Amino acid sequence: MTHLPVLQVLIPLMGAPACALLRQRRAAWTLFLLVTGGALVCAVLLVLRMEQGSVRYALGGWPAPRGIEYVIDPLNAPMLALVSLIALIVAVYARPSVEAEIETRRIPLFYACMCLCVAGMLGVIATGDAFNAFVFLEITSLSSYALIAMGKRRRALLAAFRYLIVGTIGATFLLIGIALAYAVTGTLNMADLAQRLPDVYGNRALTAAVAFVVVGLAVKMALFPLHSWLPGAYAEAPSAVSTLLAGVGTKVAVYAFLRFALTVFGGSLVFGLLPVGSIGLVAACAAMVLASAIACFQRDLKYLLGWSSVAQIGYIVAGLSLATVDGISAGYLHMINHAVTKAALFAAAGVLLMRLGSVDLQALAGLGRRMPWTFAAILLAGLGLIGLPPTAGFVSKWALVLALVEQGQWFVVGAVLGSSLLAVVYVGRIVEIAWFREPPETPLLRPPAVPMVAMTWLLVLMSLYFGLSPVLPAALADGAAVAVAGRLR
Amino acid sequence: MIATHYIYWLIIVLMMSGLYIVLSHGHLLKKLIGLNVFQAAVFLLYVSFGKVAGGTAPIVAPGIETYSHPLPAVLVLTAIVVGMATTSLGLALAVRIFREYGTLEEDEAIVAEASEHTAA
Repeated sequence: MTHLPVLQVLIPLMGAPACALLRQRRAAWTLFLLVTGGALVCAVLLVLRMEQGSVRYALGGWPAPRGIEYVIDPLNAPMLALVSLIALIVAVYARPSVEAEIETRRIPLFYACMCLCVAGMLGVIATGDAFNAFVFLEITSLSSYALIAMGKRRRALLAAFRYLIVGTIGATFLLIGIALAYAVTGTLNMADLAQRLPDVYGNRALTAAVAFVVVGLAVKMALFPLHSWLPGAYAEAPSAVSTLLAGVGTKVAVYAFLRFALTVFGGSLVFGLLPVGSIGLVAACAAMVLASAIACFQRDLKYLLGWSSVAQIGYIVAGLSLATVDGISAGYLHMINHAVTKAALFAAAGVLLMRLGSVDLQALAGLGRRMPWTFAAILLAGLGLIGLPPTAGFVSKWALVLALVEQGQWFVVGAVLGSSLLAVVYVGRIVEIAWFREPPETPLLRPPAVPMVAMTWLLVLMSLYFGLSPVLPAALADGAAVAVAGRLR
Repeated sequence: MIATHYIYWLIIVLMMSGLYIVLSHGHLLKKLIGLNVFQAAVFLLYVSFGKVAGGTAPIVAPGIETYSHPLPAVLVLTAIVVGMATTSLGLALAVRIFREYGTLEEDEAIVAEASEHTAA
């Protein structure tokens, strides 16, 4: 039990070489399933342990700040559970999807990359060391570049290359920021940094450090206007990869932003002395309105969903930029709810892609009546994007609007409402094409794969459950916000 | 200031040149070269922090009192490994893009994609 924090990361990390060595697709898949299951067990146990207070784990027995430590507190324990849960669902979903999309001899390596991707995400979340966070972020990114490049169309290669260039610039910015913070304090341990940094507030190198870290992470979370890599990367990736990345990929960067802004630099520097909060609100408004508008004009379902993700990151960042307990809690809650909702939508798009060979919106004409279950899932999750009750999207958007009104940010409230109306347009377009057009004569390519449809519906039902009874996610989000309440201003 | 902090000026020039190469060129290999120059500047930034005036390489030897700080060098080693992995993955992608599109110019590949899209 004492080793839970490191097992959380180590289990998927060790899964990667094992998958690569197995060289047998079913065995590799089974291993990936076990690994994500193991990670979820660790995460749930850690969440339950939060009642007894935070857990600090010194790697290799070297005490911090000399050694690297993992810190599990109420801010990151729910994220560990969220990432592990989505990863497990994707693992069940992946078997038929991957066999249809990836060359057989590459499948074990595909699962090795998936293990690395999950390990990297969990590592970013669990670590209490600034440099370690950079390394794990790059493990996640490098494996996602490779995974995206395995997409079926050759455009996937261009999308992956573009993401690689932009993502590496973002990561290098983060590296520069960490270097500057290290230069003024001489430590890389996050708790130690938090203790020493207030003495040097106002130092120009520290201001530059904050700027580099914020911009670097904004690239990784695809915050407008640094979002250009996201729609192509999500749309061209294999279905299982889209589902995992759209669910939790950008959320990890959002979490890293929270971690650095509040528990490393301190809210009084980032949101008080520096205008990160107002910049975040402006970027969030632009993301919500513009990205939703662009989503309305997409011709491909997966691109449409990708642009919608850029807009949804806007909601999350708007909440966090307020730097109030309610704002952080609303942003955190939307992170959980949107992860489930968007994963459901990309999972459903994967089902369509497998059965139709394309997710071009024109190819979906009239299929609502022939594939009622898949399209009902898309509709219900789509309502979550708009933010209608009884979906989870409604709960978090409501919390966000209340937090914004409390701060008198009426302009941002307007952007939230405008973006929701645009979401009605793009979700409505899918509904119109799928149900109100004549179905084609051509038969469907393949029968539905049971695990894929089942996992899509599991995600949809989760989003409905979180909408009808938001006790659990709201409690986790409030716990996270309260944990950082002392460091907001 | 230029005389005492010349290493930082060198780093800034390298950093900006690298970033400019990445942004201004459409050729995929040139983009990767720019990215490497940019990253190399950051590696230098780390190493420069470790320098102690009059210090030698941090290897224990008799008769030496002042050593440079070894930790930044270790950090850079990790960052170099990450950078190398990025470059090799980027090169592998460039090879596959060349096989699929017959060009390494990003613009030409996009044009090829668009014309195929309208034809189909």
